[in-house]
Amino acid sequence: METVLGRYKNLIVLVGVLFVQVLGLAVQVKRTTDTDSSRLIRIWAVGAISPLEKALVWTQTSTGNLWHNYLYMRGVRAENRDLKLQIEQMRIEQVRMSQDADQARRLQALLAFKEQFISQTMAAQVIGSTGSEQSRAVYLDKGEKDGIKADMAVITADGVVGKVLHAYRSTSLVLLISDQTSGVGAILEKSRLQGILRGLPSGEIGLERVMSDEQVPAGELVLTSGGDRIFPKGLPIGRVTRVSPGSDLFLNVQVKPTANLSKLEEVLIVTKVDERQATPDQTVSLRAADVLAERLPTVPPKPAEASSTPATGAALQTGTVVEGKQAQPKPKAPAPPPSGAAVAVPVPRKVVKQAPPSGTVDPVTTGSAKEPSQEAVKPADEPKPQPPPQDPPQ
Amino acid sequence: MALTYTSGEQVEVYRFGIPATVLIPLMAVFLQAWVPVRLPFFSIFDLPLLVTISFAMARRSQVAGIFTGALIGLFQDALTGQHIGLYGISKTVVGFGASSLGIKLDVENAGARLLLTLVFYVVHEVVYFTIARGLVSLHLAWSWQHELGSAVANAVLGVLLYALLDRLKQRT
Repeated sequence: METVLGRYKNLIVLVGVLFVQVLGLAVQVKRTTDTDSSRLIRIWAVGAISPLEKALVWTQTSTGNLWHNYLYMRGVRAENRDLKLQIEQMRIEQVRMSQDADQARRLQALLAFKEQFISQTMAAQVIGSTGSEQSRAVYLDKGEKDGIKADMAVITADGVVGKVLHAYRSTSLVLLISDQTSGVGAILEKSRLQGILRGLPSGEIGLERVMSDEQVPAGELVLTSGGDRIFPKGLPIGRVTRVSPGSDLFLNVQVKPTANLSKLEEVLIVTKVDERQATPDQTVSLRAADVLAERLPTVPPKPAEASSTPATGAALQTGTVVEGKQAQPKPKAPAPPPSGAAVAVPVPRKVVKQAPPSGTVDPVTTGSAKEPSQEAVKPADEPKPQPPPQDPPQ
Repeated sequence: MALTYTSGEQVEVYRFGIPATVLIPLMAVFLQAWVPVRLPFFSIFDLPLLVTISFAMARRSQVAGIFTGALIGLFQDALTGQHIGLYGISKTVVGFGASSLGIKLDVENAGARLLLTLVFYVVHEVVYFTIARGLVSLHLAWSWQHELGSAVANAVLGVLLYALLDRLKQRT
């Protein structure tokens, strides 16, 4: 007996070790809840690796910040100028979209729709990955002590990233949408076809359950449908790259994620999603005209006295409506400006187009923001500069 | 007496010191987790597998190979989002196989190392996919083209890594 055991010792050890691991796998498969028996092993493993990852990421970030924020400032002015221009364009776009959104909300309110919206997010940094092609997931530097829980959605400005799979004390594991075991409820932006997004071995994602008799154009945007109760509805996921006939009755729709999943650095964890019934926005919406008016060339700020003195200013003379009130008629004898500078007539920045008198150019609706505004600043018949009074009027 | 767990029964058996035995697998798992965040293509490599093969071939002890593979694999499993044991079982098999071949073949040659690593990578992936599909019901897709490409890449990296690790091993 001893000879047999000695002869096959290695094989017995191999079978024993394999058996224990298979048994462990069977237990894990049986227990599908998160409070599984393997949690302790995971905590130990993550605890051994993540401090080093955090230290390296911190060092890298600090060095990068020092270089980019203090040493390497080349091109910052040009970038700043470009960004300002971009902000202006986006503000105009925002006004247009807010009007569309208002309209949509009114319609949803009529239909008693309930909408989901992201009410709270937390920024987190990617500190590591699983390092496995079979498990596409990343580790974040935020965990349970920061309020992170399993099944929270993780996004970037570009689109959906994934969901929190395990939350540990100071780190969390995020399953990417490109993982083969993930699933996201999705809807196509224009055709409104619904399906389930799953990861493919290539790292792309595929939209499943789209019937083969449907038309899916390449390039169409894929959004979250909200049906999985994890991702709020309407977040961008990716764009359709290829459509081919698949097996059974379904199409093979390949989607390229809009978020760059292979180079994630900072992400947002959606920590709170509220659901409320849609109500039309009661607040006064900002109009494109208002935005343009705010962008007019800088005008000296309105003195306090001037606002209470209706007798001064070219705005009154030209009959421009100020703050929604009709201007007073032109006084017979214009009073001297309080500051003594006749040109520096206070003009309100919000110039709206209510009933301009004949000959007055609406600075907003003409599309030319600069010249009309100057026209508005310039009185029709400019008063002659007068010496400032010794005692300014109260 | 040096603190090692190498058997020392065979001729040309090597051992690694305790610090190397602990730190090298830890470093391999750490790099495997950290580098792909910066260099995404790095995920085609499997550094823990290469360390398992290297340790198993150098020690030429099947029991040591089994436990080395099992521990490294379980540690790697614990970092993934999947069930613990998939990498553990795969690397146990590879550890046993590599140490068994290490007894019979000359594994000091770079060509032999390249070929063995290539074969063991494929074995590792076959075992992994078989367990994932058969026991855990994971729907993982198999691509021969991808797996062979990864096997070649790992084999090339393996030859370089083994040369590096040779400096740390000590003759018993």
